[in-house]
Amino acid sequence: MKSCLVVDDSKVIRKVARHILEGLDFAVAEACDGQEALDACHESVPDVVLLDWNMPVMSGMEFLQALNGLNLPNRPKIVFCTTENGIAHIRAAIDAGADEYVMKPFDRDTLEGKLQLVGVA
Amino acid sequence: MTPGDNEGACRILVGLLEARTGQALAPDRIWRIETALKPVMRNHAIDTLDSLVAKLASEGNRGLVDEVIDALLNNESYFFRDHIVFDELNDRVFEDLRVSNAATRTMSVWMAGCSTGQEAYSIAMMLADAPHKWRGWTIRLVATDISHSAIVKAQSGLYTQFEIQRGLSVTRMVRWFDQEGSDWRIKEELRNRVDFYQHSLLSQAPPAGPFDVILCRNVLLYFAKAVRTEVFSRLHSVLARNGVLGLGAGETILGQTEDFVPSGTYRGLYRRADAPAARARPIAAAK
Ligand SMILES: C[S@@+](CC[C@H](N)C(=O)[O-])C[C@H]1O[C@@H](n2cnc3c(N)ncnc32)[C@H](O)[C@@H]1O
Ligand SMILES: [Mg+2]
Repeated sequence: MKSCLVVDDSKVIRKVARHILEGLDFAVAEACDGQEALDACHESVPDVVLLDWNMPVMSGMEFLQALNGLNLPNRPKIVFCTTENGIAHIRAAIDAGADEYVMKPFDRDTLEGKLQLVGVA
Repeated sequence: MTPGDNEGACRILVGLLEARTGQALAPDRIWRIETALKPVMRNHAIDTLDSLVAKLASEGNRGLVDEVIDALLNNESYFFRDHIVFDELNDRVFEDLRVSNAATRTMSVWMAGCSTGQEAYSIAMMLADAPHKWRGWTIRLVATDISHSAIVKAQSGLYTQFEIQRGLSVTRMVRWFDQEGSDWRIKEELRNRVDFYQHSLLSQAPPAGPFDVILCRNVLLYFAKAVRTEVFSRLHSVLARNGVLGLGAGETILGQTEDFVPSGTYRGLYRRADAPAARARPIAAAK
């Protein structure tokens, strides 16, 4: 079973994502911001991180940069999932090493397709 | 309102769709006829399905007929749908064509029932992403559909945020599309690679072949069996002798046609029944 860490400050989004991911047979963990997500990755590294951009405490981009600094041998796939839908943000995410990008709002098919593209579904 | 209220009108509309396109409406879609036609009815200030049918019957309403047909057709499509087919084309079929067609440096692909263009642009992107392989080649990509509105949209190459991220990787999205507000438009260079036009598989001769590859995916599903057999024979008539046919994931040739058989070489694809079987590979090398 693949694992996914859902990182989003919105409880509703986390719930929706969890529902879809569990339907796709993922083991799901949640974090409310980048710092919590980093802590979770220290505990155990998921196969993929579904990552919001704008969050209090630590943003998705700061999380990604911190994660890159860890040089994990088994770095999780990073799928941004955000309302930041402008090309500048998308390019910045790719440059920072994001593997995929989901523009909110999203549905099951979109998410499943993106997870297939990064090779975890 | 219950579905029964409109039964007569629905039956006529289903008949019209089938006569014009060959598509039989799946039973689970029939009750959605009214929903599907709401926008058309609103545009023409028509209140009920019965008055729509009456208006269709009166003369001089070709435009309205086309709109109704377009609204009833299932145009669902997305980029790299059933990506295994695209992988097989990219990794094996096109590689082999590079060898077999090296003398002429030409390759041609027909996407029959291309809907709003995602399938054709997926192929175009795959080829454009490997420019070194195709330098000096003349590649013909023909994409056709019976739906006028689908073809107009395909030609515009403009996709909503929802459509653009279905099946398409973010790297390809930023490489091959420009953002326009919340929509995304295919780059001119790619759009010019595909020749889109309106064409009916049912009532028109196929585009001039021969084609090395024909994709006719998720189109034949709702054709009556006899129509399907006839369409297969038309596809056969323009497929190159060693050409490859691709169908949708849920579609088969089994019991539908004698014109095609499973490729034997390429996973999930078909070849002409009258073509030589897979190129003889030296199994046990002759002594
Ligand atoms: C479900 S879409 C499939 C699109 C694409 N091939 C794919 O697999 O994603 C089916 C398309 O077939 C077209 N179609 C239906 N009947 C047709 C006919 N008789 N001739 C040409 N196209 C037809 C419809 O307009 C629709 O766009
Ligand atoms: Mg947020």
